[in-house]
Amino acid sequence: LTLACGILAGCSGDDSGKPELVWYINPDSGGQAAIAETCSTDQYTVTTQVLPQSSDQQRIQLARRLAAEDPAIDLMSLDPPFTAEFANAGFLAKIPADEQARLTEQSFEGAAAAATWEGELVAFPFWSNTQVLWYRKSFVEKAGIDMSQPVTWDQIIDAAADNGGQIGVQANKYEGYSVWINALISGAGGNIIENAEKGADATVSVDSAAGETAAGIIEKLASSSAAPSDLSVSNEGTAGSTFGSDAGSFLVNWTYIWHNYDATAPDVAKDIGYTMYPESVAGEEARPPYGGIGIGVSEYSDQKEFALEAAACLVEPDQQGVNAEMTGNMPASPGGYAYPPLADIYPADLLQLFQDSVNAAAPRSVTPYWSDISSSLQSTWHPPASVNADTPGKSKTFIEEIIDGGRLL
Amino acid sequence: VSAVTAPQSDKAAEEKARAAGSDRAIAENRLGQRLVAPAVVLMVLVTAYPMLQALYLSLFRYRLTTPDDREFVGLGNYITVLSDSLFWKDTVNTVIIMVVTVAIELVIGFAFAMVMHKIMIARGLMRTSILIPYGIITVVSAFAWQFAFSLNNGFVNSWFSWLPWIADDTNWYGDHWPAMFAIMVSEIWKTTPFMALLLLAGLSQVSEDMIEASEVDGATWTQRLFKVILPNMKAAIMVAVLFRALDAFRIFDNIFVMTRGAQNTESSSFLTYRQVIEQMQLGMGSALSVLLFLTVLLLAFGIVKLFKVDLAQARGEG
Repeated sequence: LTLACGILAGCSGDDSGKPELVWYINPDSGGQAAIAETCSTDQYTVTTQVLPQSSDQQRIQLARRLAAEDPAIDLMSLDPPFTAEFANAGFLAKIPADEQARLTEQSFEGAAAAATWEGELVAFPFWSNTQVLWYRKSFVEKAGIDMSQPVTWDQIIDAAADNGGQIGVQANKYEGYSVWINALISGAGGNIIENAEKGADATVSVDSAAGETAAGIIEKLASSSAAPSDLSVSNEGTAGSTFGSDAGSFLVNWTYIWHNYDATAPDVAKDIGYTMYPESVAGEEARPPYGGIGIGVSEYSDQKEFALEAAACLVEPDQQGVNAEMTGNMPASPGGYAYPPLADIYPADLLQLFQDSVNAAAPRSVTPYWSDISSSLQSTWHPPASVNADTPGKSKTFIEEIIDGGRLL
Repeated sequence: VSAVTAPQSDKAAEEKARAAGSDRAIAENRLGQRLVAPAVVLMVLVTAYPMLQALYLSLFRYRLTTPDDREFVGLGNYITVLSDSLFWKDTVNTVIIMVVTVAIELVIGFAFAMVMHKIMIARGLMRTSILIPYGIITVVSAFAWQFAFSLNNGFVNSWFSWLPWIADDTNWYGDHWPAMFAIMVSEIWKTTPFMALLLLAGLSQVSEDMIEASEVDGATWTQRLFKVILPNMKAAIMVAVLFRALDAFRIFDNIFVMTRGAQNTESSSFLTYRQVIEQMQLGMGSALSVLLFLTVLLLAFGIVKLFKVDLAQARGEG
């Protein structure tokens, strides 16, 4: 019924005949639905429709419908890796210049950069996520590592292997693995592609010293006893299980892990420590992964003006704070972090760590070809046990052939 | 014996009909054609249009997210596909899955058909329970099997840990062959009942008189099976193998749910799906689906031919 309602443009949510703005959201625990209600006005109602769980499937559904100029989508929650692709395809309505300036001012630099294509802010930065290094306090005590100083991947792999621990990472053949590879390469001072803004003519630069460092780290973990036996199929969830098990030692994962064990394993919850993402190269600042959501307005919406107005409301710092409080998906702006209730849920130093990490984060290259690049990385770097010094070179050739269209992916 | 007589009587009837090729027969024929015409037109519209559209699209380099870069490339997509190692790898995977699953299903399915055919007590219950897996949606059964083989919450590892090559931490989805094994097990479990059902239909067509006669002549159980029962249900076996082989060749759901194509477990359909739906490469994807369609046609043709040869041989022996 809701779907039919969505298809009939102008069909009202209630009897008042108010236009309805349909916001396609990624699944969460109710934060987006709550602020949609707050941002409904006398002129329009904002309602939500839930997209599939995985970001690939979200991209597919939205792109297919937008390519068909579906007017039933007004607002959508966009993952950074496909924001550029959508903008390049002309799916996103232009945000007025003054609004762009205001949003850039309001948001973290990384959050704005991830939503920028060809010099224009194309999505409203809403929440920004980053990974930190979570550790079990009891384990690092046993292993005798000083966690107050930045640690390197080498250090934690050795420490875990020597003390019977396993490290939780994301290395299944999916976007999460590309996130990890990107963080490792960026941490070593490299980039997967240079001149991303050139689109298909960008330079693939994965075959570099930084690429080799990243391959070395993955190879070292995969061949060490610190690798969980489900390494090649591990995702955020399974890595969390590894971390919660007796072999749990270190885990790189997103911000929402903090409350993950409260109900299921209170002992583990008390044992969790956190610090900056591990360094790829000792002494070089880590570049943690960047994730999050920006809100896009559809070019094909019948109510673009209202939708732009509603999007501006949805990303107000206080709304970002409400969303963070309910879902654990942290704000995209310092103003959002200042939302008072967050201080009750998260320790002050953790909130600070999240913000430092977002500021240090390395976004995935902003290019309309990210999904090609990401899938190519997954094809050439998976399974982790197959990664060696030749992998970066192979993946460079592969990515180039894919972007030229001379090869199947 | 009956297989030899039946076609003869058909032939005789045909000749008679031809001799009586009267105006009335022609008129009836024409009426029949007119009656089916609307259905044929509708079928052509709904099946031929998308097929021709795919054929047309396959000649372009066309990506949904960069529609302005659409470019005519002739047979370029086909050349790219056919010269790509991934296409051949996936085709080999698909053929392996098809051959192995259909072969195993044929044996188990036949055993099930025999049970369903012979059983006297609780016949309805037995038949129903054999058919249950076929009634379950493939995605659901694929999830069930994915969990069964899963390292974290599956039972396969703990139940079979007494086998030397299975340990508590065996990662079934971590390597090519174990992952293929898991996919094939789920496929076999799911579709064997369908095979059994088709074979049961063939089995019930074998005349009891013939079996009794061969028994009186002193034929052993194996002789009865291979000389009487199987030759007389050849048509049913062909239909079963044909249907299942074509189905198995288009395998998609299990792979999508269980490995998402990781560990080189991708099938031809999965490759096509990824090009069209994930990469939104309509041109390349259409070329792949045209090739997939041609392969399926070729397979169907091959299987029909194969069984015809066998039938002729059986006749020669008779």
